Amino acid sequence: MAAFSPAQVTLNTAAPAADAGAPLIQTEALNLHYGPARALKDISITIGERHVTAFIGPSGCGKSTFLRCFNRMNDLIDSVRITGAVKIGGQDIHSPDVDVIELRKRIGMVFQKSNPFPKSIYENIAYGLKLHGMKSRSDLDAAVEQSLRSAALWDEVKDRLNASALGLSGGQQQRLCIARAIAIKPEIILMDEPASALDPIATAKIEELILELKKDFTIVIVTHNMQQAARISDRTAFFYLGELIEFDTTTKIFTNPAKKQTEDYVTGRFG
Amino acid sequence: MSNVQNSKFRAQGVDWASTFFTGLTAAATVFILTILAAIVGNILINGWESFSWRFLTGSADKDMFDPQKAGVLPMVIGTALRVLLMTVVVVPIGVITAIYLTEYAHSTALTTRIIRGAVNNLAGVPSIVFGLFGLGFFISFIGRGLDAGAVEPHWGKPAILWASLTLAVMTLPLVIVATEESLRAIAPGLREASLALGATKLETILKIVLPEALPGILTGGILAVGRAGGEVAPILFTGAAYYMRDLPHSLTDQFMDLGYHVFILSTQSPNIEQTRPILFATVLALLLLTLTLNLAAVLVRAKIRAKMRSAH
Repeated sequence: MAAFSPAQVTLNTAAPAADAGAPLIQTEALNLHYGPARALKDISITIGERHVTAFIGPSGCGKSTFLRCFNRMNDLIDSVRITGAVKIGGQDIHSPDVDVIELRKRIGMVFQKSNPFPKSIYENIAYGLKLHGMKSRSDLDAAVEQSLRSAALWDEVKDRLNASALGLSGGQQQRLCIARAIAIKPEIILMDEPASALDPIATAKIEELILELKKDFTIVIVTHNMQQAARISDRTAFFYLGELIEFDTTTKIFTNPAKKQTEDYVTGRFG
Repeated sequence: MSNVQNSKFRAQGVDWASTFFTGLTAAATVFILTILAAIVGNILINGWESFSWRFLTGSADKDMFDPQKAGVLPMVIGTALRVLLMTVVVVPIGVITAIYLTEYAHSTALTTRIIRGAVNNLAGVPSIVFGLFGLGFFISFIGRGLDAGAVEPHWGKPAILWASLTLAVMTLPLVIVATEESLRAIAPGLREASLALGATKLETILKIVLPEALPGILTGGILAVGRAGGEVAPILFTGAAYYMRDLPHSLTDQFMDLGYHVFILSTQSPNIEQTRPILFATVLALLLLTLTLNLAAVLVRAKIRAKMRSAH
């Protein structure tokens, strides 16, 4: 909403690159193939620290695949082949001395379909903490509470921490997944259409939460919802058919895009 | 006007094809139930008079065809032991194989397809062939190998261990297939969620995947117990004894078995009329034992499911 206010538009178009943030995630000529099909084409992008960066584009444009390059979730698919570099904090994450476990500890992920473990609410949060060595019950209790508070879920679940997470509503489950991701204190949170399966009220809560989390985390979010991208992101990248068409401040992308394709997409002429 | 309205929704007459098909499916169900009732009823009616506490808990008599003296306790114990021993072996091996096939192996790779094919073929091998395999592989090859140099064979003879292992090989496909199915039914999102939190593949399998698959694994175990409980052919050459005075007290002892005993009673008796009541009673004991073992496993599974639904 704020992004569309005239004052802001003028401000941002005047200094579009002023607010790029310290570079945290960089890709250089990244190509990704699923077997013979080339899904990502020469993508180079620099994503700033403590920014919310939105990836938009029509279905199948590669934005989710690209997001999953950052924590190497594409490793799980046998037929995927990646060339080019992905650097997080300057470190090439495909270099042989990178431990993918450490990488994923630093980069949390929230998925499109909320996927809480079929365990209690408490255990869902404690799972990642225990994996990374937290043992003391009081430390766990404190970390669980803090994560649930950060995810704005504490008040709703504090009386039933030992109840199954599967009994929560869709929006609560997704916030639990966010709490689970931030519990292990990552630097970056990747969100793959986190609100696409939620109703408008639950969506609004997730968006509020993202704006709150931005203070401590770098967030990259894939979304189909252009209003959502406009409401929550600082910078927006538009993808089309595996290519990065345009990447700029959200205000610029939505009010004065440089490319015709971007304009057609954000104004709803296609996609 | 009203004619048009009426003709729109009125049935055109009885749909004979549907009625016939409904009747056919019902008849098929009744047919199956009738056969089951006939078998169980026959065994109950004929076995009931000889089926007593003394019969169930009595030790086997040298004159096993005499209804006054016959007891089946050694056979009940022998059968239960070999089934339990088999379960202890087959469940871990089957589960680990299923984990390899679903979690590690590339689903399209040649080796995976060969393993899958082998598992399916294993399921189709007649049980007498497993018996011969057990004799050849476990007793002659492994057993004799362990005995090498000894005067008296210790391992290289029929034993409850070899019989149980033979049954384990036979029931392996049941456990593998049931476990594989339950592993595949787990939402891929759960594995991704765990991996994205920085869990290793092993941690994900042990802490997320296996607990979810537990009921399916137990189903595999139940199928294996059900299949092995009444099998005679695989243990014929590998461990079952015609008669033993004592219960087996080590893995290398032979054992008496209910299914095998049914075979003996029905083929070796000098007086068929006199033996018939204990034959039916022995069959009844075998059915009850299998039922009890299955029921125990089903109860455990139900308990786990209830626990999973409430999550602690």
